[in-house]
Amino acid sequence: MTAEKIFKNPKNLKRRKFINSLMIFLCFVAAVLTILPLLYIFIYTTQSGISALNIDFFTQLPKPVGEEGGGMANAIVGSGILIGLGGLIGIPIGIMSGIYIAEYSKSFLAGAIKFTTDVLSGVPSIVVGIFAYGVVVLAMQSFSAIAGGFALGILMIPTVTKITEEMLRLVPHSLREASLALGVSRWKTTVKVVLKTASSGIITGVLLAIARAAGETAPLLFTAFGNSFWQTSIDQPIAALPLQIFVYAISPYEDWHRQAWAGAFVLIFMVFIVNFLVRYVTRNKFG
Amino acid sequence: MIYEMYVDSSASIEKFGFGFIFSSHWEPVKEEFGALTFIYGTIVSSFMALLMSLPISIGVAIFLSELVHKSVRTSLSFLVEILAAIPSIIYGFWGIFVLAPFMRTTIQPFLQSVFGFLPFFQGTMYGTGLLTASIILAIMITPIITAITRDVLKAIPVAQKEAAYALGATRWEGIKMALLNARSGILGGAVLGLGRAIGETMAVTMVIGNKAQIMASFFEPAYTMASVIANEFAEASNEMQISALIEVGLILFGVTFIVNSMARLLIYSVTRNSQ
Repeated sequence: MTAEKIFKNPKNLKRRKFINSLMIFLCFVAAVLTILPLLYIFIYTTQSGISALNIDFFTQLPKPVGEEGGGMANAIVGSGILIGLGGLIGIPIGIMSGIYIAEYSKSFLAGAIKFTTDVLSGVPSIVVGIFAYGVVVLAMQSFSAIAGGFALGILMIPTVTKITEEMLRLVPHSLREASLALGVSRWKTTVKVVLKTASSGIITGVLLAIARAAGETAPLLFTAFGNSFWQTSIDQPIAALPLQIFVYAISPYEDWHRQAWAGAFVLIFMVFIVNFLVRYVTRNKFG
Repeated sequence: MIYEMYVDSSASIEKFGFGFIFSSHWEPVKEEFGALTFIYGTIVSSFMALLMSLPISIGVAIFLSELVHKSVRTSLSFLVEILAAIPSIIYGFWGIFVLAPFMRTTIQPFLQSVFGFLPFFQGTMYGTGLLTASIILAIMITPIITAITRDVLKAIPVAQKEAAYALGATRWEGIKMALLNARSGILGGAVLGLGRAIGETMAVTMVIGNKAQIMASFFEPAYTMASVIANEFAEASNEMQISALIEVGLILFGVTFIVNSMARLLIYSVTRNSQ
């Protein structure tokens, strides 16, 4: 090869060393460029959010334009209801398909499910919203919390499935074999031994899915629709925190902008906490 | 899911046929619908975002996997992960109030004074528009591409790099070789990021300006497939409009489905051997 010729030429060496340090410097610049907007967004949201945050924000209903005060209590409760409904749909399905993929991975069906979840995780959330609109809203003839929860549930499935599968794969094979050798049936082994061992990992996955669903806006626009009053029955339009932020953010009113920043701060803070928790739990367990 | 959407959009599909994709008229009042403007906005904004984000993502991935100490690596990776987890509505919000004014007062005048002879950089500077949307998208897809590039780089055997060093290669030359070997995986990551950018709704809706037009200038407001659905769906005035919007959704679904399948296959082709 010509490698020897290239490496031994001193003039080349200078140039190569220069390119080397230049590229490494550029990589460093890239890292700074990526971290910068993150810190900027985080600090900016915190600053604008905290100043607008008070007890009213968590306890009051939104007030009409022009009136001082008001909060997003209904939106926070609404988000809670939506996430709860979404979780009811998304978590069991996600965990069960995760189990199927991990424990029965040799079958053709498991491969197909894996591919489908991968593709599903890439489907734009607004498309899932349209789907929920077609299935639930049209059938019920009204925007409702159920439709919103349905959309969020579908969005949760891929995350939960993926994490469940990964966590189950980390469970040592000898544990399964020991249980099977004691005469325990396959299903009981999966539930009582494998699932239990992996439970903390799966819980973090579920938390991650919930955090993501909490921030989703697009699919809620025409399923949950939003509502500026107290509403807890699930067949009616319901408010949600990200929706409220969206409406307030694109409005021209200074007062609403401050409220929206407070909402954004609450959301970002939640996401941060969940991610931190997940990081902490998984490091201890699987470091 | 595909079936459900096909049924719901059948009215529009029957009426407009293939012309739907190539027509740029979108006039709800006259019940005339064509999706070309939205397809154009989606493609241009996504590809510009990818162009901006790809070099940076690869740089970060190299930085994380090859150059820094382990303790720095864990905290930096954590920060990048958080970047991926911030809800898109917050990016959009930040885009309106921080990025758009900054674009209007600083970046856009600068671009216009330097590259003003090109049609891309002419026109009025609103702050919002195609370019701003692309920048926001680029920030949002960087963590995804970074994560995948890092995984793919990890899958390249260390022995290869060590062999290169042993022959006297500089650090960058060793990394370059690893990058070459990982190229199809990195391409997969890029395509995955593209898919995310195509489907991104809220952040784009908030900063792109929402105007159904095809303009050469990147400063002009535009419209994407996802944002037209977000804006018009809930207040659509007639059956035909809803049907047309669902058809836009169907196109969006089809495009992202193809893009994502391609990405998965590419990534799989690299990581398969290491598992």
